[in-house]
Amino acid sequence: MSEQPYAELGLKDDEYARICEILGRKPSDTELAMYSVMWSEHCSYKSSKVHLRQFGEKAPETDVLLVGIGENAGVVDVGDGLAVTFKVESHNHPSYVEPYQGAATGVGGIVRDILTMGARPIAVMDSLRFGEIDHPDTRRLVGGVVAGVGGYGNCLGLPNIGGEVVFDPTYAGNPLVNALCIGVLRHEQIQLARAEGVGNKVVLLGAKTGRDGIGGVSVLASATFNEEGGPSKRPSVQVGDPFTEKVVIECCLELFDRGLVTGIQDLGGAGLSCATSETASHGGSGMLVDLDLVPLREPSMTPVEVITSESQERMLAIVRPGDVDDVLALCERWGVLATVIGEVTDTGRLQVRWHGDVVVDVPPASLADEGPVYERPLARPADQDALQADVPDALARPRTGAELAETLLRLAGSPNLASRRWVTEQYDRYVLGGTVLAMPHDSGVVRLTDDSDRGVALALDGNGRYARLDPYAGAQLALAEAYRNVSVSGARPLAVTNCLNFGSPEDPEVMWQFAEATRGLADGCRELGVPVTGGNVSFYNQTGATAINPTPVVGVLGVIDDVNLRVPSGFTRVGDVVVLLGETYDELGGSEWAWVVHGHLGGRPPKPRLAAERALSAALRTAAADGLLSSAHDVSDGGLGQTLVEAALLHGIGATVTLAGDPFVALFSESAARAVVTCADADVDRLLEIAAEFDLAVTRLGRTGGDTLDVTEQFTTPLDRLRDVHEATLPKHLS
Amino acid sequence: MTARIGVVTFPGSLDDRDALRAARAAGAEPVPLWHGDHDLRGVDAVVLPGGFSYGDYLRAGAIASFAPVMAEVVAAARAGLPVLGICNGFQVLCESGLLPGALIRNAGLHFVCRDQRLRVESTDTAWTGEYAAGAEIVVPVKNGEGRYVADEATLDELEANGRVAFRYVGGNPNGALRDIAGIRNEAGNVVGLMPHPEHAIDPLTGPSADGLGLFVSVLKQLTAA
Repeated sequence: MSEQPYAELGLKDDEYARICEILGRKPSDTELAMYSVMWSEHCSYKSSKVHLRQFGEKAPETDVLLVGIGENAGVVDVGDGLAVTFKVESHNHPSYVEPYQGAATGVGGIVRDILTMGARPIAVMDSLRFGEIDHPDTRRLVGGVVAGVGGYGNCLGLPNIGGEVVFDPTYAGNPLVNALCIGVLRHEQIQLARAEGVGNKVVLLGAKTGRDGIGGVSVLASATFNEEGGPSKRPSVQVGDPFTEKVVIECCLELFDRGLVTGIQDLGGAGLSCATSETASHGGSGMLVDLDLVPLREPSMTPVEVITSESQERMLAIVRPGDVDDVLALCERWGVLATVIGEVTDTGRLQVRWHGDVVVDVPPASLADEGPVYERPLARPADQDALQADVPDALARPRTGAELAETLLRLAGSPNLASRRWVTEQYDRYVLGGTVLAMPHDSGVVRLTDDSDRGVALALDGNGRYARLDPYAGAQLALAEAYRNVSVSGARPLAVTNCLNFGSPEDPEVMWQFAEATRGLADGCRELGVPVTGGNVSFYNQTGATAINPTPVVGVLGVIDDVNLRVPSGFTRVGDVVVLLGETYDELGGSEWAWVVHGHLGGRPPKPRLAAERALSAALRTAAADGLLSSAHDVSDGGLGQTLVEAALLHGIGATVTLAGDPFVALFSESAARAVVTCADADVDRLLEIAAEFDLAVTRLGRTGGDTLDVTEQFTTPLDRLRDVHEATLPKHLS
Repeated sequence: MTARIGVVTFPGSLDDRDALRAARAAGAEPVPLWHGDHDLRGVDAVVLPGGFSYGDYLRAGAIASFAPVMAEVVAAARAGLPVLGICNGFQVLCESGLLPGALIRNAGLHFVCRDQRLRVESTDTAWTGEYAAGAEIVVPVKNGEGRYVADEATLDELEANGRVAFRYVGGNPNGALRDIAGIRNEAGNVVGLMPHPEHAIDPLTGPSADGLGLFVSVLKQLTAA
């Protein structure tokens, strides 16, 4: 008998041997294809599983989690019988190969994950990373990715309420496209991906199945790009149709409402292989599928292609036999194609027939839950000590007022700190009518329902340079920033999702970064009291042997009882007192200043100060609930200087401030656990009391007003000049 | 007595719930209408909402203009029923022949979402009676194909007869000819505009409450009659 092509499908020798052992025979071609996609790094988490366990083991005590890790997305109780589900996921490799479709289907995929939980999707966010802004390929990638995120989300009718865009040479051959979706549901509406009830029908609904995205999770998502890896892999990228997704969403929500489905699963990575094996495995049942009943775009497709296709906009529903007619009629009303393709059985086997022949007969758990698990070797990178020893202390610092002003302007116009308007204007932030805050505010805030003032706040943050210098601290700093960004809006942080973007897990140095980052994030979540509800791991983000900077991206969800009390990020009133909460240290390692001015990356990132973050969050929340704050803006990349620039430019209200200590450190240090807030004169004493109550350092900086940013005894910069510089950068490079 | 304002949902409509909310906020009774029904459910006015009906396939608004409900809308509009088309709804009105001209791809080729200043150019319509002539309002604009075009003769005729209902002020987001953001039919009962008044009914969730005036205007006119 000839050798089976398992290596080409991405399976290792020992993995293939295990498949033969499970089945007691060689797998059929279709079975082999299913194992190859389900045991891919992307689907099986085989390298990350042993590390991700910490998120459960170290989880803080909480009573807000209705559904935890392991389902399509976690579900969080936000009060009043309402729940929220949210998750972030990567679509990095597809977006490099085909930026528009890669990014579009990234949004589509995460939206279906949220829908699968029984929730109405209500907003999206995106976290994007590209090479240098003037790299020859950046314009193609940014243009395509932003148009794809916007094209899909806008057409789906979901407001885009925030995210991030970062430029760094580390991502030049491997951009990162992470998309987040949030949905709302009532507690009793939670749906689970289970195939239960022998005799229940398996209904495939949504788009027809075509030859797109075949092997997307294996050959594309779980392998490293080489020199020729780009366009030649285009057929592995899925093609999105947001219009179909929109009607599928409305149709599914009505199916849920009417109680017509007993289980539901979306078809994403690994397509039908994943949806059938996961629902059967989690339901503890068997399933028999007649694959030739699947509606096809191309009739010549083989069973291998049908069962691994990643065609978008498809859902798998489990339906009681008596409800099938109602389900089909409702789908017809929405113009959604729906087909019974099989049924739930008591065999404990996933069996698939193709024109009557059994082509698959396997235990579903062996595909879905019992894939390989690896304890990959770890090694602290050889250059880590030298990198950390290369502290930024000797870099030339601006000293005079004029030099400080010039540095401030240079940073305000630098690619990572300049206005994101060119990107965010391409996203609809108004649709659905619930958006209370969106970019450029620190977090997105949406009202959950029309008849309640309850809302949620979301922020999505990461910093690959910090994580390169110290992955443990870097992950905690990403968490801390998102936690802080949610807090400045007046919301109470509740839960965490994460997207862990790393190089190849087969490289022990990358694996060390991953282990450190997950340990840091798990420890940080415990200390801040916010559990991880789910997320996604993206490995193999590298070009040749060079991995990207480790980039954990962290999303934090908060709840705000009354959205009318949300706090905006920009100065809103003339004559308010400007106050800095938190302490500033000489922390310039990994800073925007060191990078922009000196092209330097070395030393240690700012110290994560999680106890201080907790105190700051509590103080901000208390002050916001009392209605004291007219604005609050976090201090992070670029330091206090950038915070003041952004707060002033939002509504064109300047400020005069006096700095304590070394003015350079005061303006450009990136110490964590800080925020700038403003309040009326009459409220200052109460604000100081609150700060004292939470043991927070307070610095009175000055007052809002005027059309300049004035730093006493240092410089005065007109807002018009700052605005010109801040707004010019992205259009100049990307238009 | 209040008036009943119907909002049509086509497959791919997105701002239908927002339009229903705006109708309610103005004091009207919101009534959902379905694209596949030959039935206006006895409403006193109709809103064709924003979105991407039928995915904007073929041409924005083109397929929706053949929906069963549109036969009823067109007939009722010709008989004087107040009809408002917002964004995709404006595109549907142009495709249906109720309003002249067309909406094409933005001059900048990108989708644009921003808070836009508009001048109310005609208060002599069913939807703008409550505004002061020449009033400036701020409402969101968000579209990829919002550039209003028509031949010179049509544009001149619109201008001469006061049929430009809204004009962009302080920047034209999409290259619309003569900065036209919205127009009306001769009788004034049909108005179409690209910006989204239904997203500006509450400063909490929009840039202003300026957009509510369209819904209040039609309600006043209907209840006064």
